[in-house]
Amino acid sequence: MDFLTYLVSGLSLGSIYAIIALGYTMVYGIAKMLNFAHGDVLMIGSYITFVFMSQLGIHPILSVILASISCTVIGIIIERIAYKPLRGANSLSVLITAIGVSYFLQNIALLIFGANTKSFKSIVTIPPLKLFNGNLIISSESIVTIALCIIIMLGLTTFINKTKMGQAMLAVSEDRSASTLMGINVNGTIAMTFAIGSFLAAIAGVLLCSTYPTLTPTTGAMPGIKAFVAAVIGGIGSIPGAFIGGLILGVLENMSKAYISAQLSDAIVFSVLIVMLLVKPSGILGKANIEKV
Amino acid sequence: MDYFKLKKQRKARYNLSIYLMIIIAYAVVMFLSYQGKISSLLGGLLVPFCTYSILAVSLNLVVGISGELSLGHAGFMCIGAFSSAVFTRYMKFLGVEGLYLFVIAIIIGAVTAGIAGILIGIPVLRLKGDYLAIVTLAFGEIIKNIANAIYLGFDENGAHISLKNTMDLGLTENGFVVIKGAQGITGTPHYSSFTAGVVLLLIVVTIILNLINSRTGRNIKALRDNLIAAESVGISATKYKLIAFTIASSMAGVAGVLYAHNLTTLTALPKNFGYNMSITILVFVVLGGMGRIRGSIIAAVILTLLPEMLRNLQDYRMLIYSIVLIIVMIFTSAPSMKQYMEVLKNKFPILNGLKSVKIKNENKEGK
Repeated sequence: MDFLTYLVSGLSLGSIYAIIALGYTMVYGIAKMLNFAHGDVLMIGSYITFVFMSQLGIHPILSVILASISCTVIGIIIERIAYKPLRGANSLSVLITAIGVSYFLQNIALLIFGANTKSFKSIVTIPPLKLFNGNLIISSESIVTIALCIIIMLGLTTFINKTKMGQAMLAVSEDRSASTLMGINVNGTIAMTFAIGSFLAAIAGVLLCSTYPTLTPTTGAMPGIKAFVAAVIGGIGSIPGAFIGGLILGVLENMSKAYISAQLSDAIVFSVLIVMLLVKPSGILGKANIEKV
Repeated sequence: MDYFKLKKQRKARYNLSIYLMIIIAYAVVMFLSYQGKISSLLGGLLVPFCTYSILAVSLNLVVGISGELSLGHAGFMCIGAFSSAVFTRYMKFLGVEGLYLFVIAIIIGAVTAGIAGILIGIPVLRLKGDYLAIVTLAFGEIIKNIANAIYLGFDENGAHISLKNTMDLGLTENGFVVIKGAQGITGTPHYSSFTAGVVLLLIVVTIILNLINSRTGRNIKALRDNLIAAESVGISATKYKLIAFTIASSMAGVAGVLYAHNLTTLTALPKNFGYNMSITILVFVVLGGMGRIRGSIIAAVILTLLPEMLRNLQDYRMLIYSIVLIIVMIFTSAPSMKQYMEVLKNKFPILNGLKSVKIKNENKEGK
């Protein structure tokens, strides 16, 4: 039964990684940049929810919605101020700028909310699920997280495949200059990608802090990096890939925490990335890029 | 012909200016300390100045000269620090002490960090894009985690390693625990001094300047400026990028040795060997000017000194760093900014002097 408990909590953690990884993978696929600040948008989202819910006393669901909207706006502002001027610049400068933004968000949160840990009240109020005569208890947070992850996955896939905006995103990720010629508003599409990514980051942040109820300015950094690892493992640019990669990583992390060493679980997760890059650099579902001269 | 002559002269003058700068700074500090005019605050910063300068110069080799982003520089520093400190601490336990051990420690630190650099570099440098950044970041975290979890002891049967606790090592009575998990290494001998730091910095600078101006260095720069063109004339991308990366890693290891022997306890905290440290070094490199060795040293010294001088700004330090990082990147790399600067330069020819500050790798559209 222990194994099942670890598996379920691993799947729940993996679902959170998957939601974060979706934001990474979309931005990487469409804007061709590694948005280092993604994990920190997640942290900002959690803080906003915390302020609305615990300090202003607004209903949890409403606070989450408000936080998601604020994060969407923050995502668009970041893209507009920091990343848009650098479109067409070399990838090294864009990456360094993204690191700058990530640090900026962390330190702003540090100045506003202070360094001490805030205890985040779970937004989920339904009772936990008991199976096998109470031998296996699945926490309500896990159920909500896994369910939400699947809903988001399906919703996003439908959005990409069925709507005009989604098709525009696919086109931009395929060939930016050709889609400009076809009359697609490339800047608008990229801004939209950041908006969706940041919206999802806020939701992931709330889920993360509901499961692990500690909130500090660096809460988002590690999950952000791990979600990127998940995106790479699943195949960067692919939405189902992000989902699979997230689940694999979450289960792996929990299992290594339970059976190998709690201190070394991060090291194990990152070693998987290095092995993956050695064996199949394009990821599980990624397409191998053919370099054209 | 004249053009090349002029260029060579300029290069020689630039190199000379770096050496002169370091030597004059050393002479001034030595003179002041002889007169007893160095405050204890500044005195405590002298070795960190050298450590950070070495780190910044070596990261500049990866970021500025080779055009790859490494976010795990602190990890290599950690390897150098721990491997050398294990050696000197065990020697101290055996009752052997002396400055010649420091020289051996430096070699150990450089070699282990260099080997780690090769091991990380071989798989990753074959990949294009931002993978090196993410893998080096991951690597830095792995190293920090392992350094926090490992227990290492010696007795007459040899070395014992454990990931659990001191008891698990199973040492005999004469055994000695060197690394105590999260407590790290305590009682490392204090070998580092400002003189040693400056000598190491001079060696590092000499190696890098000679590398940059050699055939290998030109190949590395060619790969940075246009990968496809450079490969098409037969320059092996993996080989030369690996050379740059390994040299930089082993230099970071040397900085780690200097760091470890300046403190009495060596622990792997996020502050000294984590992601934050790697970013701080990156800030030195970016603000000093990518590809500019002199700039890296000046930036490292000033940015180490400033927060200590302005204690009230301590809380805002990282915030200011991050804003400066974004602004510098937008002003030097944004295509629209470049156009704007061209217009300004045509209007005011005096601004042409700014050219040398600009980042060298502009034509990297395809990368």
